[in-house]
Amino acid sequence: MSYESPIRDLLVTGGKTYSDITKDITRPIENKPSKAWWLGFGLSSIVLAIWIFSTTYTMLVGLGAWGLNKTVGWAFDITNFVFWVGIGHAGTLISAVLLLFRQKWRMSINRSAEAMTIFAVLCAASFILSHMGRPWVAYWPIPLPNAFGSLWVNFNSPLVWDVFAISTYFSVSLVFWYVGLIPDIATVRDRATTKARKFWYGFFAMGWNGSTKVWHRYEVISLILAAISTPLVLSVHSIVSMDFATSLVPGWHTTIFPPYFVAGAIFSGFGMVLTLLVVAREVLNYKDYITSEHLDAMCRVVMLTGTLVGLAYITEFFVAAYSGVEYEQYAFLNRAFGPYGWSYWIMMGCNLVAPQVFWSKWARTTPWFIFIMSIIVNIGMWFERFVIIVTSLHRDFLPSSWSMYTPTIVEFSILLGSFGLFFFLFFLFMKFLPSINMSELKSIVKTKHALELEKHYTELLNNNHKMPQHAHETKGDSVHGH
Amino acid sequence: MGYGKLIGKVASNFGKGLGKNAFSLVGFENGTYAYNTANGVTLTKTDDGYELAQTQTHHTIEGRNLLREASLDEYIKNPSAGNNDHAHIISLWEEHDSKGHKWGMAIDMNACTGCGACVVSCSAENNVPVVGRKEILNSREMHWIRIDRYYSFKNLATGKPSTKEKEYNDKNNKIDFEHVTVMHQPMMCQHCGHAPCETVCPVLATVHSSEGLNQMAYNRCVGTRYCANNCPYKVRRFNWFKYRENDQFDFHFNNDLGRMVINPDVTVRSRGVMEKCSFCVQRIQASKLKAKIENRKMVDGDVKTACQQSCPADALVFGDMNDPNSEISKLFKNERKYVLLEEYNVQPSVGYMTKIRNVNEPIAGEQKAPAKHDEKHEEHKAAEHAHS
Repeated sequence: MSYESPIRDLLVTGGKTYSDITKDITRPIENKPSKAWWLGFGLSSIVLAIWIFSTTYTMLVGLGAWGLNKTVGWAFDITNFVFWVGIGHAGTLISAVLLLFRQKWRMSINRSAEAMTIFAVLCAASFILSHMGRPWVAYWPIPLPNAFGSLWVNFNSPLVWDVFAISTYFSVSLVFWYVGLIPDIATVRDRATTKARKFWYGFFAMGWNGSTKVWHRYEVISLILAAISTPLVLSVHSIVSMDFATSLVPGWHTTIFPPYFVAGAIFSGFGMVLTLLVVAREVLNYKDYITSEHLDAMCRVVMLTGTLVGLAYITEFFVAAYSGVEYEQYAFLNRAFGPYGWSYWIMMGCNLVAPQVFWSKWARTTPWFIFIMSIIVNIGMWFERFVIIVTSLHRDFLPSSWSMYTPTIVEFSILLGSFGLFFFLFFLFMKFLPSINMSELKSIVKTKHALELEKHYTELLNNNHKMPQHAHETKGDSVHGH
Repeated sequence: MGYGKLIGKVASNFGKGLGKNAFSLVGFENGTYAYNTANGVTLTKTDDGYELAQTQTHHTIEGRNLLREASLDEYIKNPSAGNNDHAHIISLWEEHDSKGHKWGMAIDMNACTGCGACVVSCSAENNVPVVGRKEILNSREMHWIRIDRYYSFKNLATGKPSTKEKEYNDKNNKIDFEHVTVMHQPMMCQHCGHAPCETVCPVLATVHSSEGLNQMAYNRCVGTRYCANNCPYKVRRFNWFKYRENDQFDFHFNNDLGRMVINPDVTVRSRGVMEKCSFCVQRIQASKLKAKIENRKMVDGDVKTACQQSCPADALVFGDMNDPNSEISKLFKNERKYVLLEEYNVQPSVGYMTKIRNVNEPIAGEQKAPAKHDEKHEEHKAAEHAHS
């Protein structure tokens, strides 16, 4: 009798076969959308309309429509920008870094995480645009050849680094996402029953024919893109953090920011992935693909990164005390105990304290609980950026300029509306594109052949109490993740 | 009271709705005005509140070493009394060339009475928009120069001035609220040599001139407001709205008569751009041109900024720091001169002069004479002692 200890539970449950996967994943594309989809899509369209209205209003009357003032030059705008950029990070981490580390559990979630990245970066970009005093010249920070004489951008400015970081991030993520989609788009094309579907999916499949040659190229380009994306996971949010770290505002001027922001970004990104997937697996009935094993793994990441940002919060306090700079010391005391102290404690509670519940296995595997936690995580991370930006700015060096910031209804509308933009795009994605990577998923389920072999060997085992060694290998390789 | 305006067409256009007429409360008695004798006026306490529009909402310096003062006795003994805390600076930056002119300003806090004439003349000279009560409540005044005013009260237990609002709220502290000490500090763009605003602008809309000015190119500004966030003196002002030809801001940019007051030498700024004190660069340029036409070199006093010109106490002195004989060069060598936030090495072109008060008790406290770097620690302590 031999005993094999299970390293990991099955990544895909329910005994799915290749054809089951294809049928399940293409179901939303090939059929009329469900009522739940219409409800979600309709709701997000309404919220999107709020975003369009409030952003247009701001651009028409000026930034005075917001609550900013002479002392607090950034508040909701940049908070929302950093929040959305941060959310995007989980997508890249899941798709690129976990691909390089051959973490097969990523396969059911990478497609939607990548889509989330792209839509989140779009939301973030909308705030870069709308926070500008003169959005109609928003292209000026891009180093374009121009007719203004010898005018060039200021390469010293972290905002110019942002332009490079965000645009690189967006384009690489988009290409990576699209390349990964090609085999699945081809599957939809091949199954198409309407002319329109055949044409459009045929167009975007770019002549995919499933030959060994194209598969080979697909594998190679995926690895190359993963290698390009991996440094972006670290670089993008490091550079975003430098908007603050390179300034001299007390509370911003900290060298800890790049790693602290990256940890926070992964934390919030996984929070958002959890929010989306817990709902998606219910609505689209994908529980066999997004199993509690997946939720468990993501909850562990949330707990780890939440604790890391908590460590950073405490480190900042120590460094401010140790620095001997009275302005830094005041900034941090004011952050925790000043007029915006409540936002600091929301941040601490949501980001450091709350994720500690994931030490419990029950918490990591109970979907409704995870959903609540994922919302808490995202509230906490939004407040983290609010705390950093507003509490540092509103009381800096000269007490004569100290001021308070109160957001207006327009700012709340834009924040709410950006979720409308995000979910509008996400619902479209769920309807028109395979939201789970079918071709990759098929590499981790048992083939019909493997199933027969297994059955055969089980019978042999039952008869002889002996099992040839290679049966383990088959089982280990094709059924379990690593 | 509060500019209560009744008569005059222009005035009613310009100041309508501002303030209230308090004269109905006043009676004329024995050749003098008295407030409590008006006919049948009664005062009733209500629960209504009225928010005062203020440009400064925090009133103490919080123990920060930004205001320096000494008593007359201390000053006679040691002219640098109260001003010995100087930072030991290491620079990571390349210095700007400073050939030709290098403009700077000396502000004598001893002379400044906080009258505000500089604020008015600056606003008139530089076409600074009038934004009105609502926008002042939103902390969005557009002034290029302001008078920072800080109060302090004596802590009766320690006998020392208290400048922290937290101490005022603590009921265990006995604070002498009957006797206030006030300090006025005119504040405008410091035209830093290593300006924090210049490095962060993505489009080079704010740059350093060869004459030491920090300049704004309005038509290059895209309005990220990063410069204002990074300005340690918070002197940059953003055009939140279009302040001209806008019914929301019906002050003086909207009608022909009002527009006739606009200074043609200064750009009227558009919505969405940053602005700030330019050291009256239009006056500098005009003086240079005048000297050139007269075929002579510029001399000290050729350029007077608007604020300087209107200061009744001559508290503001503008001039060329590269000219060794200029008044400002002499003032910058004075023992009373210091710059704000020296330890950040932003190298302001504006210097402040210690305030000397004619009082009996010492203000600056025990101080070691001329600063040496190895004595920094004690000096710092002494300065803290003086200001806490």
